[in-house]
Amino acid sequence: MTPALFIQGLRVTIGAGTSAANVLRGVSLELQPGEVRGLVGESGAGKSMLGRAVLGLLPANAAIAAGRIAFEGRDLLAMREPERRSLLGRRIALIPQDPMTSLNPVKRIGAQVAILLRHHLASSRRAALQRAAELLAEVAIREPERVLGLYPHEISGGMRQRVLIAMAFACDPSLVIADEPTTALDVTVQRQVLQLVERLRQRHGAAVLFVTHDLGVVAKICRTMTVLHAGRVLEEGETAHVLARPGHPYTRALLAATPRADRPAEALRPVPPSLIENLWSEAHQFDRLAAAGPA
Amino acid sequence: MRWGEIIRRLVLIPPTLFGVAVIVFVLLRVVPGDPIAMMIPPGATPADITRLRAFYGLDQPILQQFVTWFGQVLNGDFGRSISVHQGVFELVLARLPATLELALLALLIAVGLGLIAALIGIHLRGRRMEWLVDIGIGVLLAVPDFLWALILLLLLGVLIPLLPISGRIDPQLDISFHSNFYLVESLLTGRFDVADALLHHMILPALALALPFAALVARILKTSLAEAEDQDYAQIARARGFSRPEILLREVFPNALIPTVALGGVQATLLLGGTVLVERIFSYEGIGNMAIDAVINRDFPLIQGLVLTFAVLFIALNLAVDLVVTLLDPRLRHG
Ligand SMILES: Nc1ncnc2c1ncn2[C@@H]1O[C@H](COP(=O)(O)OP(=O)(O)OP(=O)(O)O)[C@@H](O)[C@H]1O
Ligand SMILES: [Mg+2]
Repeated sequence: MTPALFIQGLRVTIGAGTSAANVLRGVSLELQPGEVRGLVGESGAGKSMLGRAVLGLLPANAAIAAGRIAFEGRDLLAMREPERRSLLGRRIALIPQDPMTSLNPVKRIGAQVAILLRHHLASSRRAALQRAAELLAEVAIREPERVLGLYPHEISGGMRQRVLIAMAFACDPSLVIADEPTTALDVTVQRQVLQLVERLRQRHGAAVLFVTHDLGVVAKICRTMTVLHAGRVLEEGETAHVLARPGHPYTRALLAATPRADRPAEALRPVPPSLIENLWSEAHQFDRLAAAGPA
Repeated sequence: MRWGEIIRRLVLIPPTLFGVAVIVFVLLRVVPGDPIAMMIPPGATPADITRLRAFYGLDQPILQQFVTWFGQVLNGDFGRSISVHQGVFELVLARLPATLELALLALLIAVGLGLIAALIGIHLRGRRMEWLVDIGIGVLLAVPDFLWALILLLLLGVLIPLLPISGRIDPQLDISFHSNFYLVESLLTGRFDVADALLHHMILPALALALPFAALVARILKTSLAEAEDQDYAQIARARGFSRPEILLREVFPNALIPTVALGGVQATLLLGGTVLVERIFSYEGIGNMAIDAVINRDFPLIQGLVLTFAVLFIALNLAVDLVVTLLDPRLRHG
């Protein structure tokens, strides 16, 4: 089966010349259709960069130095701009991290949802607004018609994130990249939003790359997971396997730092540099294995 | 909340105008020089001068003078000009339309030029050519309006005499108007040849007023566009498959417009103030030019009337800016 997302040997650098830094050092990753993969790793590991690379959202000073990104077998990096734009927002969607800054403050919710439908599905204005109301209802927003007429500052953060989720699924995508979609929300809202993502994913059959710090969330909704550290994949596999028998000390440390009901959290111990070197060479092997795998 | 703010501003208008009136009134009388000295014929006796001073009430204590004048103002009587011997109100009203038309034309030109420059600048963002736009804007900003007036006058009026350099319309043209809004009236009544003649006279002074302001608009708008383009919502629009022009137009521009109107609108008072010198340089018959004559003649009642007129214009402009910003920004529209 053609993977929904296939990333191979992805290298991303930031800056130019001598100050150039590698933020992704040959990452390979695969998502089958309908698969939910957790992408974990400490702050600065490169999780967001990975998602941005897929969405074509790398900062201006960043560049893809090597590697391949394919969506449903089509090379996103070699693709011409109009073709890529017709995929983005329609077949490939994003659930952003911060609902407070991710909606346009001067446009009504309805206009923001509708423009997406008109752009990608060529809906008429009326049909788009009607569909927008249905989409809002789908993410459990009450009185969707009324909410369509509101501005972002007039609704709560949780509600905004639900609007953004509705927008992500609006055009029936087959790949959704969610970059810490619940970090900015309080705990009860987090749970609702997670349930929503899971429900919509099932209904639309989309593959989801779920970036998070929270191993608890990964255990709950991700069948597979990838552990990223310093721009490299340290470990990946079925979530149950990885969490039950973490192969890398780093993953173990990450696990130990996750609070559980039955024991208090340990602080995430810094991994000694020598160990990291070892991990990298192992990760290299992993990359080579992945590279030899299916294309 | 914001509407409350606007009501508060409305309430503050009368005390503001009163303050302006007091300051001007007192300053005029404290600073040396008075209208009588400017108007006496050679050979007038000290007795004549005393009589004249008494005639215009200038022998009274300042407080007494102010109370008299202000009482008349409250009844709509702004007094008579000492140098022109006509009612101040009628004089100002006759000249005000000329200045308003000039300022409005300058504003339109400035907004148009500023918009184009900002759009070119944002289009070139991050490329080497962006510097050229920034330097262009900087140069335009560094030269004040009256200097532009002199440059334009010498360049397009004298060196390459393409355009008339004085007045509002050719004196030999005998055209009658119903109002003093010559340009607006000729446009509304379809007399386009007249409008053309008027515009030929207005274009140089309007351009002089517009150039520095256009640079200001361009700079504020370009900065605001760049800032808004970096916001999450604009970045995310890229990940939704919208092209950069679409994003700039639909997501970024409506946001960038808010600080541009707020900052640029307040700065438009500079453009209004600029009419004083620029009208003088082009002998354009507006209230700015009139103000200089009034000062030269120490025409106290006329100066007072003109200063109050400018104050009202400034206040109206600020209020209009507040109103437009409130309309543009839904976050301010509450309560
Ligand atoms: N605009 C930028 N300019 C320079 N370096 C950047 C920029 N954005 C990110 N980086 C660097 O790139 C690396 C990867 O960052 P990234 O945002 O992908 O981390 P992350 O795993 O998403 O972390 P977090 O969990 O904090 O979101 C980090 O070392 C970061 O310092
Ligand atoms: Mg991140």
